[in-house]
Amino acid sequence: MKRSTAAINADVIVVGGGLVGTAVAYGLAREGADTVVLDQGDDAFRASRGNFGLVWVQGKGYNLPDYARWTRSSAQRWAGLRDALLADSGVDVSLKQPGGFHMCFSDEDLLEREARLRQLQVAVGDYPFEMLDAAELKARLPLIGKAVVGASYTPQDGHVNPLKLLRALHASAQRHGARFVGGQHIGRIEGSAGDFRVWAGEQAYCAPRVVLAAGLGNPGLAAQVGLHAPVAPNRGQVLVSERVQPFLDYPTINVRQTDEGTVQLGDSMEEVGFDDSTSTGVLSAIAQRGVATFPLLRDVRLIRAWGALRVMSPDGFPIYQQSTTHPGAYVITCHSGVTLAAAHALRIAPWVMGGAQPDELAVFNGDRFLSDKVLAHAH
Amino acid sequence: MPTEAPLRAPLFQALASETRSSRRVTLSFNGEPLSVPAGISVAAALLLSGIERFRATPVSESPRAPYCMMGVCFECLVTIDGVPNRQSCLIDVAEGMQVRSQEGARDLPFDMPVVATLEVQP
Repeated sequence: MKRSTAAINADVIVVGGGLVGTAVAYGLAREGADTVVLDQGDDAFRASRGNFGLVWVQGKGYNLPDYARWTRSSAQRWAGLRDALLADSGVDVSLKQPGGFHMCFSDEDLLEREARLRQLQVAVGDYPFEMLDAAELKARLPLIGKAVVGASYTPQDGHVNPLKLLRALHASAQRHGARFVGGQHIGRIEGSAGDFRVWAGEQAYCAPRVVLAAGLGNPGLAAQVGLHAPVAPNRGQVLVSERVQPFLDYPTINVRQTDEGTVQLGDSMEEVGFDDSTSTGVLSAIAQRGVATFPLLRDVRLIRAWGALRVMSPDGFPIYQQSTTHPGAYVITCHSGVTLAAAHALRIAPWVMGGAQPDELAVFNGDRFLSDKVLAHAH
Repeated sequence: MPTEAPLRAPLFQALASETRSSRRVTLSFNGEPLSVPAGISVAAALLLSGIERFRATPVSESPRAPYCMMGVCFECLVTIDGVPNRQSCLIDVAEGMQVRSQEGARDLPFDMPVVATLEVQP
């Protein structure tokens, strides 16, 4: 097919330069694919600049064991990703996987938590976890507050510096030849079956394969290539403190100390549409919960707060699908771009290049939302 | 603890036209007494006194001094009267104030009575 002289050609076009798109692009570039990443700009809702930084396994995949398997497959590959990024970019993303704690503030919470993890263990098989009462937890975390009645611990959990991760992925992908183009607002996607033309204003990008990793921009793009990706925003708010001496060696679901000393607090979920502002009520609840967890935080100064929008599907699980009507077009979208970065780089990329679909992914077809079932978040 | 004796004349001097107070206060920086004009910020007072190293960064321990002087950059952090990580550009000098350089990340008040360890006996 004759292409416009102005068109830019590649083997794969990745739409979206956040953690998901860049992880896939890094994997593609490592495979030798000529990869172009089209990124929007700071006018977009950038979940990759606002997240909490957990590499988190425990509790995920309740009622959908393939999500637990997929998540764990990424956590298990994370050390390899860390090493590859360090070699390619010189950036140490400060991965630590010492296991993580999920705090419970009532006996009912603790029982529900145990039931959830027990069910995951039955469904997944090798799924280690421990339930700790208050005394056992205090032995592990001497600074824990009295309001915490217990916790679950699994050895699979960890955390990274998510901003360093984004930078490392960008630098490493470019090291392998990926081209990033910023300020690209994608309008039409034309073509079919291995011959796609992606338009950003007057500029066309042409490739036999296109990966949609545009976060909350995916629904409209996916529809143009026969894919269904009905993701919607879910807001999380985060507080970050001044830098303090190390006091917490483990990530927890609502409090973690970063590699550079700040303390991040936050585990809120709100459905408020495309609004990434903060609200006093939610922030104060996050702060109170953080201080209840670790009372020594009472006198620590908070220096920043922000809101960011998760990319949430109707059932809370990711969407991974190649179009049947437009083969070569893929949608890759989820709310856990940090945890799943290793799977996206190391397992999704070979699939996009023509390899077999990873076997956990059959259930993550976006077409599951075409029925009228009422779904509840279960992430 | 490094000494903070200035090696040369202060980089900064008060503008004569802006000096509205002839009153002075005495504060200390890392134990050294300093006489400074009243009614100015701690950061301004330290700069006027020739102090160029306010703190060491938590990550790389490199030396820092004030940059924005308006509460934004957090480069001017010091410990004042025992309270760490104060923004010295936002705090007025006061008689008897004890200022110390902020050496890296602040300590947390580890208030752990012995009884806490007794609770975890198996």
